[in-house]
Amino acid sequence: MIKNITNLGDAAVYCDFGNQIDQETNLNVIKYFKNLKELKIEGITNITPSYNKLIVSFEPSVTNYEKLKNKIIDLKLDNKENQNSKIIKIPICIDEEFSLDIKRLSKELKMKYDQIYNSFFDKEYYCYMTGFIAGMPFLGDTRENIRLNRLETPRVKVPKGSIGITEQFCNIYTYESPGGWNIIGNTPVKIFDKSNQENPALINPGDRVTFYKISKQEYQKYNE
Amino acid sequence: MSKNYFEILRPGINSTFQDLGRFNQHHIGIPMSGAMDKRNYLIGNKLVGNNNNISAIEFAYQGPLLKLQSSKVIAAITGNVNFKILRVNSKVEEGQCYETFELNDGDQIDIISTNKSVYGYFFINGGFEIESFWKSFSINTMAQIGPNDGIKFGLNQKLFVKNKESKFQKKRIDYLHSKIEFIRVLKGTNFNYFSEEGTNNFFNKEFTVSKLTDRMGMRIEGPKIENIFETNIKSEGLIKGVIQVPGDGNPIIMLSDYGTVGGYPKIAVVISADHDRLTQLNPGSKIKFKLVELNEAENLYKLYEIETKNILNQIR
Repeated sequence: MIKNITNLGDAAVYCDFGNQIDQETNLNVIKYFKNLKELKIEGITNITPSYNKLIVSFEPSVTNYEKLKNKIIDLKLDNKENQNSKIIKIPICIDEEFSLDIKRLSKELKMKYDQIYNSFFDKEYYCYMTGFIAGMPFLGDTRENIRLNRLETPRVKVPKGSIGITEQFCNIYTYESPGGWNIIGNTPVKIFDKSNQENPALINPGDRVTFYKISKQEYQKYNE
Repeated sequence: MSKNYFEILRPGINSTFQDLGRFNQHHIGIPMSGAMDKRNYLIGNKLVGNNNNISAIEFAYQGPLLKLQSSKVIAAITGNVNFKILRVNSKVEEGQCYETFELNDGDQIDIISTNKSVYGYFFINGGFEIESFWKSFSINTMAQIGPNDGIKFGLNQKLFVKNKESKFQKKRIDYLHSKIEFIRVLKGTNFNYFSEEGTNNFFNKEFTVSKLTDRMGMRIEGPKIENIFETNIKSEGLIKGVIQVPGDGNPIIMLSDYGTVGGYPKIAVVISADHDRLTQLNPGSKIKFKLVELNEAENLYKLYEIETKNILNQIR
């Protein structure tokens, strides 16, 4: 549950669920997110879930920190948690054209390419949050043997569709963007589709994701 | 679709449609966006007789050169802006901000530059013929959403206008931009990650707005802010005004098109009452921060709201 509530500036409530980064903590964050969202409280402009925090921003001419903080503390949680969670299968091509950092990973982790990919594919991932750029999912946890820090110097441009890993996390670059994660492949799937206004993000907090390998031919034909 | 439009003869540096922003999409990575200078946005719409949800053209530094191909429209510009109206009969008129003017078929409006500021706004009575995206007309160029396919204006494009029949009536206000001395902030959630010298520097030394400043954020330069605890945190939500300090010790202030989560420690958050003034600071401007408490910040915002209302009430 919420360990500490404070203000973030004069227009947001900052709810801290503790230092632990795990699914249990995150499921609590998401539960609060979904419950608060349903209430449609006047003045709330955004609710932002992350690994272990929930930030509730508001229009300060309509409500204030103290009022909203009390509403969050008094919130009656509906326990039908994550009834909408999905399991999503994402194809990845690991051709050398796409696996920009496999060499570095292999060297740093002292593992063969196959070993790294076996560890990576043989796992179901959990979506902690979506954000930074539109639709980018932050997934976890990767197996301990393939965990590595991000690049010392981030890339100016990471190609759209890139799959990156760092620490215990994995993400998918929904747009070409700067970034420092270790890139191990690329997916042809549109992870963020703005033409689907109702549900533009394919992967949402609480969802589960597995990856499977496709050939370069399959990759090229995927969107035909 | 109406056949009346402005042709873009020069797009300007960063010209987009903006309104009051896009709400409740943080959880999928979409920031609020919206007009960088909210007060100037509200004043302009009031001048031309629009409600607050009718989008304006926002421009930065250099604005667009537009040619009207339409029956007349009533227009206004807010901000601190140099502009000229080039009449179809070749007469050139100096533009005045904060007053309405008429544009007729064939007239051009040349928005030359913003003075000692960044953003300006162009409004027309009735607004533009554009579609909202998630209940907002704001263009978010990062996610490429909003009208105009989510990208900034290009050369020779047409901006269709909704022609609204209305009688021209001169409206103007005297509006002076309040002089800026301090940007007032509240302590951030990671304030104690920084050394005493670091926080002292933050509040006592002067910072300069760098060239790395856009709708997403503002990088400022000054004394390095030393972190004595941890230079990365687990990514968490961001809002406009948050000041993050990465490992290099140079603060970054989040502005309207911020990334929705970030992993650098937050030293402070700019109070809501100072957002408009903050966004108008151009590269090279000096910034000094002043620490306030939450109740002061709340009162300062009430004051800001009252001031805005008073200005809007002068327009009749």
